[in-house]
Amino acid sequence: MDTLFLAKLQFGMISIFHFFFVPLTLGLSMFIAILETAWVRTGKEKYRQLTRFWGHLFLINFAVGVVTGIVMEFQFGMNWSQYSRFVGDIFGVPLAIEALLAFFIESTFLGIWVFGWDRLSKKMHAAAIWIVALGSNLSALWILVANSFMQAPTGFKMSADGARVEMTDFGALLFNPNVWKQFPHVLAGGIVTAGFLVLAISVWHLAQGTKDREAFITSMKFGTIYAFIGTIMVTLAGHTQMQHLMTTQPMKVAAAEALWETENPASFSLFTIGDEENLKDVFSVRLPAMLSFLAYNSFEGEVTGIKELQQEYEEKYGPGNYIPSVITAYWSFRFMVGAGTLMLLVSVLGLIKIIREDYEFSPLMKALFFWSFLLPWIANSTGWILAEMGRQPWIVFGLLKTEQGVSPASVVSSGELMVSIASFFLVYLMLAATDLFLMKKYAMAGIDHSE
Amino acid sequence: MELQTIWFILITVLFTGFFFLEGFDFGVGILLPFMSQEDIERRTIINTIGPFWDGNEVWLITAGGAMFAAFPEWYATLFSGFYLALLLMLVSMIFRGVAFEFRSKHSNPRWRSFWDWSIFAGSAIPSLLWGVALANFIRGVPIDAEMNYAGGFFNLLNPYALACGLTSLSIFTLHGAVFLTLKTTDDLQKKAMKTAKMAWLPAVLLSFIFMVYTNYETDIYSHLGINPGIIPVFSVITLVSVIFLLQKNAAGWAFAMTGIAIAFSTITIFMGLYPRVMVSSLDPAWSLTIYNASSSEYTLGIMSIVALIFVPLVLVYQGWSYWVFRQRVSTGGKLEY
Ligand code: HDD
Ligand code: HEM
Ligand code: HEM
Repeated sequence: MDTLFLAKLQFGMISIFHFFFVPLTLGLSMFIAILETAWVRTGKEKYRQLTRFWGHLFLINFAVGVVTGIVMEFQFGMNWSQYSRFVGDIFGVPLAIEALLAFFIESTFLGIWVFGWDRLSKKMHAAAIWIVALGSNLSALWILVANSFMQAPTGFKMSADGARVEMTDFGALLFNPNVWKQFPHVLAGGIVTAGFLVLAISVWHLAQGTKDREAFITSMKFGTIYAFIGTIMVTLAGHTQMQHLMTTQPMKVAAAEALWETENPASFSLFTIGDEENLKDVFSVRLPAMLSFLAYNSFEGEVTGIKELQQEYEEKYGPGNYIPSVITAYWSFRFMVGAGTLMLLVSVLGLIKIIREDYEFSPLMKALFFWSFLLPWIANSTGWILAEMGRQPWIVFGLLKTEQGVSPASVVSSGELMVSIASFFLVYLMLAATDLFLMKKYAMAGIDHSE
Repeated sequence: MELQTIWFILITVLFTGFFFLEGFDFGVGILLPFMSQEDIERRTIINTIGPFWDGNEVWLITAGGAMFAAFPEWYATLFSGFYLALLLMLVSMIFRGVAFEFRSKHSNPRWRSFWDWSIFAGSAIPSLLWGVALANFIRGVPIDAEMNYAGGFFNLLNPYALACGLTSLSIFTLHGAVFLTLKTTDDLQKKAMKTAKMAWLPAVLLSFIFMVYTNYETDIYSHLGINPGIIPVFSVITLVSVIFLLQKNAAGWAFAMTGIAIAFSTITIFMGLYPRVMVSSLDPAWSLTIYNASSSEYTLGIMSIVALIFVPLVLVYQGWSYWVFRQRVSTGGKLEY
């Protein structure tokens, strides 16, 4: 089989899997830090109990995040050696800094936090988890610096022989506007992931009538507010990201909207079934002028369509197909935005509940709150699928095509790729099952009073 | 000094740190299922490395990232070329990494035993494979004019590389046993002491065989790189001295000596390699060197500044974490799970 296809399959699989665990780390580390600070400030036992309760879930999740991250670190060399040679001068830098600046902090201080309950003062102990939270969010920042170079390259020149890109301006790399659009969105994506999980599990305990009602009421309050703030942030940030994409990758926007022809004012698609061969709609329901509004905050403004962009790119980059998979881009965007909208609904409902101090849940309510924990997972995964597949055929936008980045088949054969895909698939399946089993066990067990 | 050389040194430092630190937690992991059949003792053994192992592993991740940033061609050739070996290492490290967290979260004995053996395999396989990889760096592997690896998986498993792999496996085991002697009390400590004494002889013998073998299989004793001077001699003396220190109950000194032996052997290998990073067995001209594999001056400069600020900082707070957990771990105390 084609090694390009297999390498893509592998990359998609392992990065989506890594990103099942990362957002929860980002959001929950901060959440636990807040709880522990509340404990240090007030001395109330329930905060300590909650810190430990969520701490167990955090650690189970973190373990899988770490081991899947190690695979990511070597993945570029394994399956994308030509890409690594081409961008190493630039892309390797944030990766190395991420390890040096973020992973060291995170792993060392997490060790201190887990084993240091009796060794450190309360304040120092709380400081340790804040440092872990800082470390994990810094790691997100640096990986996005790397990713942003692929989305919108800046601060580089081509080498004399044209074989690679070379960095000319580190500041430009770091202050790439793309980074500062992506980072808040990803960060908020982490906050909602933690917020909804806390909300879901707290409601489950309240509805189930398990002991420690007061602690879980507190937990629900914190979780709901966290989830609500996160949802507002993630949607606002997503909106600015869309506007930024209009300037850097209009093709991605057009594909996400299945917008074949240029329109002014442009309509927003609610539901489209498209014909990718002939670049036209089979069936479509559209909101007039809404896309122009999303893109420019005004009901007028031209949004370029796929056909015209394809022509433009052919003139600029030579003959070829510059259209990513429209179905994928379109539906991943719908799923993300759809999940975001539902999250807004659920978190507002939660707010109403806590303002009314009403902690009784009908079976329907309980189910709604509980299953809402899945929404951020859906949005996070589909968001990345949009960002990465919507960039195709480029691996580095405008500079290197994905097919040019893959390891030569003489070095990494399709047989080897199949072996590694099968291995990772089986191992990850087992990890996922074990992780779910333990998360469920510890979530349902509630607060452990022996600690 | 030119930037390429500075980065070669830095990567040597990162690998040395990785082998020194992760070396003992690999060693502890290798010994885990054999040292004790009792659950509480096993948990105690794990807790001696509990707060440290992840921070130690980040030395490897950083070394990988630094290779990518400073010598992208090395990163690309190595990890695409040693594909299946790396896959094996990653999978084993996945099992090991989650095992530390998962093992005590469920009380079924079969469950615990499964994860204990995962820790064993996840420690032993990388210990062996890193030796194999280093040996192949200096012995040479088929690398073509395009810097692509042109061999297969079994090219890597030549007797010489396997000898090096067994050497690193045995030294890490010894290093781990000595560490346990330092960090445990009572019965466990006695067992650890006995194990360390047993692990000493194979480590010394294998190192000796490896050094003689190196003379026949590689050019590093004669080639123009840097003359390592008495460093290799020191690494032998320190390793040999371990048994006498253990006999005198000076476990702290013994640990320092296994550590120095690991550090000095790593440094010797990298010095022999310099200025190459991977030797081509097809044509010496196709070897990867710090010149043809490196990033641009600008990038190396930026990375140097970053490293200058943050490597010392990392050393400070990692050192602090070892200070916080300087006490011995005993089965009688309150154990963190
Ligand atoms: C809970 C998570 C979540 C939610 C509710 C949303 N997103 Fe999102 N989105 C992400 C989580 C996410 C993400 C996983 O974090 C991505 C992947 C790449 C990135 O930077 O963030 C992403 C990517 C992403 C992209 C592609 C960026 C690129 O290619 O550079 C766009 C245009 C949006 N988002 C826009 C939105 C809008 C308009 C939303 C309105 C509801 C929205 N997102 C909700
Ligand atoms: C963690 C969230 C991420 C997810 C879920 C994700 C997902 C994906 C997917 C699905 C592909 C395959 C695209 C295709 O088949 O057309 C891909 C490709 C790729 N992504 Fe990401 N990605 C993530 C983050 C990143 C980051 C942060 C980087 C860079 C630092 C990155 C670098 C790449 C590379 C090099 C490829 C391979 C080339 C390609 O297939 O396009 N990814 N990613
Ligand atoms: C947007 C995408 C990504 C984000 C936000 C992210 C963030 C994180 C975070 C917060 C962790 C800590 C562990 C955990 O969260 O459970 C982690 C672990 C890790 N990630 Fe990612 N990551 C992303 C993608 C990648 C990619 C593309 C790589 C490859 C270079 C990578 C390499 C690693 C490594 C090596 C670890 C283990 C660190 C350790 O041992 O402590 N990550 N990542």
